[in-house]
Amino acid sequence: MSNKNPRNQQPTIGEVMDQAGVGRRQFMKYCAGITAMMAMPPLSTAAFARDLRAARRPSVIYMPFQECTGCLESLTRSFAPALENLMFNTISLDYNHTLQAAAGEAAEAARHAAMEENFGEYVLICDGSIPTKINGAYGTSDGHTFIQQLEEAAEGAAAIVAVGACAAFGGVAAAHPNPTGAVGVADLIKDRPIINVPGCPPMPEVMTGVLVSFLASGVPALDKHLRPKAFFGDTIHDRCYRRRFYDRGLFAKSFDDEGARNGWCLYELGCRGPTTYNACATIKWNGGASWPVEAGHGCIGCSEPNFWDQGGFYEPLSAKLFEERGQAAVAAAAGVAVGAAAAYGARRRQKKLAGDAE
Amino acid sequence: MSILEFSRGPMLHFALIVFVFGVLWRLTATFLLGFRQHRSEPRASKGQAAAGGFSVLGMRSWPHKEFIGRTAFGEAVGYGYHIGLFTIVLLGAPHVLFWQNLFGFSAPWWPTLPGGLITFISILTVMLMLIATIRRVGHPVLRRISNFDDYFTLVILYALMLTGLMAVLGLGGRYEYILAAHIISFNALLIWFPFSKLMHAFYIFPSRFFNGYMHAKKGAAK
Repeated sequence: MSNKNPRNQQPTIGEVMDQAGVGRRQFMKYCAGITAMMAMPPLSTAAFARDLRAARRPSVIYMPFQECTGCLESLTRSFAPALENLMFNTISLDYNHTLQAAAGEAAEAARHAAMEENFGEYVLICDGSIPTKINGAYGTSDGHTFIQQLEEAAEGAAAIVAVGACAAFGGVAAAHPNPTGAVGVADLIKDRPIINVPGCPPMPEVMTGVLVSFLASGVPALDKHLRPKAFFGDTIHDRCYRRRFYDRGLFAKSFDDEGARNGWCLYELGCRGPTTYNACATIKWNGGASWPVEAGHGCIGCSEPNFWDQGGFYEPLSAKLFEERGQAAVAAAAGVAVGAAAAYGARRRQKKLAGDAE
Repeated sequence: MSILEFSRGPMLHFALIVFVFGVLWRLTATFLLGFRQHRSEPRASKGQAAAGGFSVLGMRSWPHKEFIGRTAFGEAVGYGYHIGLFTIVLLGAPHVLFWQNLFGFSAPWWPTLPGGLITFISILTVMLMLIATIRRVGHPVLRRISNFDDYFTLVILYALMLTGLMAVLGLGGRYEYILAAHIISFNALLIWFPFSKLMHAFYIFPSRFFNGYMHAKKGAAK
């Protein structure tokens, strides 16, 4: 692929915003919102704003694979930064399979053109898992398997943002017995920077926030699951407003008891808050209106790897994770048999010793 | 597979199988051994011998008045941490949920104690365990009759108690690792149980009963 690299000719984000009439105060509020969301110190807002103004709008290629469109639905509900603001001012969304499905081959041609023109510079966003069984034949588009499409698109990407539990870790498609051999992006691509933004769906502000912060300051600090620490650094439990009830040992026992009505901790009803790292408890959903625990349902841990195979959502965290298929009964029978044999042997020895003594 | 999944999944399953196998092996082997034949005339009927068995079971479970000055403290500490352990395991809400999930039944009637009280009892139990350990190491007779079995059991119990407390109090790092360490300690206890002195949990009352029963039969019990 040739490297025409037209990004240097692209206007900077600052220039685009100036043309659009976005005032300094409005831009600073925008940056302050993002830095606050990422728990960056207030003094870093000015530097963040400077870097973001100087950044050039990157080409963004959005590749959906084995997915349900929930991640894209979630992304469209981003309030700060809003998606339309992001698309018109901050990024150049050159390809989105879901949005451009009706365009058919023209969309594919646009993707290839964008990849060629921005080779090494574009941001690749993936959602959905990638099926690997029977050479990836479970997922194809435009005559190519998702594996081929991902590998091709990843080759020239500056960074890959895997949004949603499926793109990050395989998701529900990878649930046992994982019939399609679904895996996440990081399981296949090893030589490009990957930022995982898991969740089912991921938080809209986290997705847009990660994109904007990437433009301003590159790949953020990531945890061992390649999630940005700014959004995935704390557990839901640590930031949960019901935490004080956990500390006091006050738990709802069912969804309609007095504890549930009083807003007590949902740990005993299966809440995965203590082992789930995400920003739901602080940023909340739908413009900060509410979030699952506030609505009365425990966290299901959707930003954690393998959350889909962690037993029932309504069983506590300490519940067993195996199906007993009679192995304990076999062990009991074997124990009795071995014990009986040992006793029989001991009694025979006893008798022999008694006979010898007589 | 994360360490928490491993501890709750295959390791717990393996530990349970070892526990069931080992305990039934030891119990069957012991109970089928039978008793030595006594050739003398029985001094008591079976009913009287059974009453003697129950009598000894009760007497051995309480300090003897002759030695109460010397043994009462040790017995009080022992009773204290045993009662503490049983209270935590049987009346702590997360543990009750664990048993119900493990055995696959729902028991809304099963009472639980408030979390704060269980935490308090846990801290008290750890302190009593510490006193018992110091006494075991410091007491000349106890030290001589203690071996690896006793100390290894204590190590597992301390790990179990401390990780449980850390999980509840939010100390020592990420919750998933602390909870996994707690469950792994429990798994280790299950695996170690049948092959250690922990089997006293099953043997202690039958052995006291049969001791009294045999003595009564021989006319040697009061």
